[in-house]
Amino acid sequence: MLRNITLGQYYPVDSIIHRLDPRVKLVATLLFIISLFVGRYTGYIVATLFLLTVIKLSKVPLRFIVRGMKAIVFIMLFAVVFNLFLTPGEVAVSFWVLSITWEGIRLAAMLAIRLILLLMGSSVMTLTTTPGNLTDGLEKLMRPLRVIRIPVHEVAMMMSIALRFIPILMEETDKIMKAQIARGADFESGNLIKKAKSLVPLLVPLFISAFRRANDLAMAMEARCYQGGEHRTKMKPLIYRWQDGVAYLLVLAYFAACIVAGRLLF
Amino acid sequence: MLIVDHLTHIYEKNTAMAQTAIHDINLVIPEGQFIGLIGHTGSGKSTLIQHLNGLLKPTSGSVFFHGADIHDDDFDRKQLRSKVGLVFQYPEHQLFEVDVWSDVCFGPRNLGLDKLNVELRAYHALKQVGISDEHFYQSPFDLSGGEKRRVAIAGVLAMAPEVLILDEPTAGLDPGGRDEILGQIAALQAETGITVVLVSHSMDDIAKHVERIIVMRGGKIADDDVPTAIFMKFAELEEMGLGAPQMTYIMDALRLRGLAVDPAALTVTAAYNSIMKALGMENHHA
Amino acid sequence: MAMGCVVDIIKTKDLVYEYIRRDEEGNVEGITRAVDEVDVAVRPGEFIAIVGHNGSGKSTLAKHINAICYPTEGSVFVDGKDTADEKHLWEIRRMAGMVFQNPDNQIIGQVVEEDVGFGPENMGIPTAQIWERVDESLSAVGMTAHRKKSPNRLSGGQKQRVSIAGVLAMRPKCIILDEPTAMLDPSGRKEVIRAVRALNDVEKITIVLITHYMDEAIFADRIFVMDKGRIAMTGTPRQIFHRVEELKQLRLDVPYVTLLAHKLRKSGVIKSDTTVLSIEELLDSLDIALPVKHESVGKSVNC
Repeated sequence: MLRNITLGQYYPVDSIIHRLDPRVKLVATLLFIISLFVGRYTGYIVATLFLLTVIKLSKVPLRFIVRGMKAIVFIMLFAVVFNLFLTPGEVAVSFWVLSITWEGIRLAAMLAIRLILLLMGSSVMTLTTTPGNLTDGLEKLMRPLRVIRIPVHEVAMMMSIALRFIPILMEETDKIMKAQIARGADFESGNLIKKAKSLVPLLVPLFISAFRRANDLAMAMEARCYQGGEHRTKMKPLIYRWQDGVAYLLVLAYFAACIVAGRLLF
Repeated sequence: MLIVDHLTHIYEKNTAMAQTAIHDINLVIPEGQFIGLIGHTGSGKSTLIQHLNGLLKPTSGSVFFHGADIHDDDFDRKQLRSKVGLVFQYPEHQLFEVDVWSDVCFGPRNLGLDKLNVELRAYHALKQVGISDEHFYQSPFDLSGGEKRRVAIAGVLAMAPEVLILDEPTAGLDPGGRDEILGQIAALQAETGITVVLVSHSMDDIAKHVERIIVMRGGKIADDDVPTAIFMKFAELEEMGLGAPQMTYIMDALRLRGLAVDPAALTVTAAYNSIMKALGMENHHA
Repeated sequence: MAMGCVVDIIKTKDLVYEYIRRDEEGNVEGITRAVDEVDVAVRPGEFIAIVGHNGSGKSTLAKHINAICYPTEGSVFVDGKDTADEKHLWEIRRMAGMVFQNPDNQIIGQVVEEDVGFGPENMGIPTAQIWERVDESLSAVGMTAHRKKSPNRLSGGQKQRVSIAGVLAMRPKCIILDEPTAMLDPSGRKEVIRAVRALNDVEKITIVLITHYMDEAIFADRIFVMDKGRIAMTGTPRQIFHRVEELKQLRLDVPYVTLLAHKLRKSGVIKSDTTVLSIEELLDSLDIALPVKHESVGKSVNC
């Protein structure tokens, strides 16, 4: 079930990281991801130390984050195995038609470390930031893009509405599916075409319901004087505090350290 | 006949969010009964009825249909779903076909019947809920709220169930639409002797139709008796956030004021007759 | 109405609303008159219930008050302002807040308090005042304890109270509720009706409650009964419920206690001609000789 994926679901505790401005966390996550691709080896050590410190500060149990990663273990294994066997180079071990090369081992290890750090890093952001805060942060960060006519406010509003309705629509999917199974529908057996066809009784009602909800919601928003982003004030405006400035500096310091460390060995 | 034996269901077992929905339920539903299932939101009614037609797998315990365990490997659960028809809340939300007719045919067609039988059943079901021929080739989405609801119920009736379970079939309807649907279900029950389980929050609707009431509370069966006996304990029901039919309160108030009326009277006529009798004016007719 | 009187908060004049029915190819099949020559006036602070079966035009009428629908003919005035006049649009929507039927489809925020702040944000209210309004509104509907929760974790009745708070935060003069209890269970219904009555009693906010539950309409100062787009009856609950036969014909429910009293009156057991709306009134009009009064007698059939 999709419900069991804990990857990145907001973890409600109070910590320094939770209280940071979402813009800081977004920028930091972006820099962290870049650092993973630029820095290597020793860079990863710096990155791991940095990440563990942040996790410690965030008061989110490490166990909780690791458990959330279970969902993507399969994808990771696939990528690692792929790299392990299919990278050409000097053969390290070989059996039957398969052979593992030194380059393969190196690439697979790098990939695994990168993937783990990347996913843990970005889930720290979503674990410590409410979806509402996240969209607010994105909206504020993307603001300059309005110059090139990107409807930043509307996109942010869409994201936040989508986030609000995902659980409702998931529940609804479950309900419609059960109702059709009770009418003898079969969503499991048969070949691909038959399976695709069997989805019609699920998808049609789901779309109709989504449209109905969208219609209702639009009316409710208008009734509450919604008229787009102009002249709108914020109940929770984003205001930088000194802690956010310090955080920006620390993140930049990390970034520099990571790059430098990555160059040390080679 | 349906037998529920020590049935327990826990959602998201082995996670931090584990939630016991129903706990150790034992229940016998004999053929031909008209049963009311009541309980506050979250008392486990929905979970229980989904178990009755095998939509959920028990955490422990079992459900037997005509003596066979419905979770045995060789048990035909698809067949069960046609024998135990389940009408969900707001069933009109599952309509999907281009016209009323095809939508009602969906169920029987899934059973693998031939075209003639599918259509016979669909026709019969639509008649049972009082949909006239002129609506057959209309889009279900062009019908009124009450009509849509009845078409959706016909979609389940077309499976020719032996047991019909309805979860709040009148939710959101106006009084006219509500009485129409309940009237048709009652007529169907009287005519065919089908077993009906009616889940409802309206004690007046329950009082009007059922012969047995099962009260659920906190995932367990709190009470199981004939309506008059259940409603006499209206203080308990109220404590569960349920209440009793309007007439029960009236009769109780009259009795407390010293008028020897029948506390079990549930309809206006019964109450009227009882008051006239208590006042010694039996032969006095309006 | 005499000169110098308070301006009606809501007034409709020969209001007609028609929409065109089309078949699948888009050809005009006919015109449906959803609202037909409606003339009503609501005074500030009144509690109005509009009842009628589905399709009687009550929802369409309600949407006119909030300027979501515009009259085909005639006009609607909210606090003296014509809803058809574009320049009053936002003022009218602020003054006449609207609560809808489906509790899920009108909550925009992902946290209760953020949703309540949505209206004031749209109106451009300064941040500090938004918080003030949110605090006040949540406490008015008794939802302060849930302010940090996700709306998805609330019961139906609680969601509707959040929606009411969201409207309250815009400081409206009147609130229109379009079947707010239709999708709720009995305890949810009670919660919502209690909150609505408190707003009317305490905050003196004009209420227009659309419902098909007659036991909710009993609390109103006046009831408008709608049928086929027209106002079929108006009057106090007592006047309306006096017309038992007509109500039955319109497929509306009459409380059992009223029906019973009606029957007892017809056979001469009850002498007084006053319509009975509660159990106490039934006991009083039955005038039972025995003096024993038990404590639980005060219990009414209603909320």
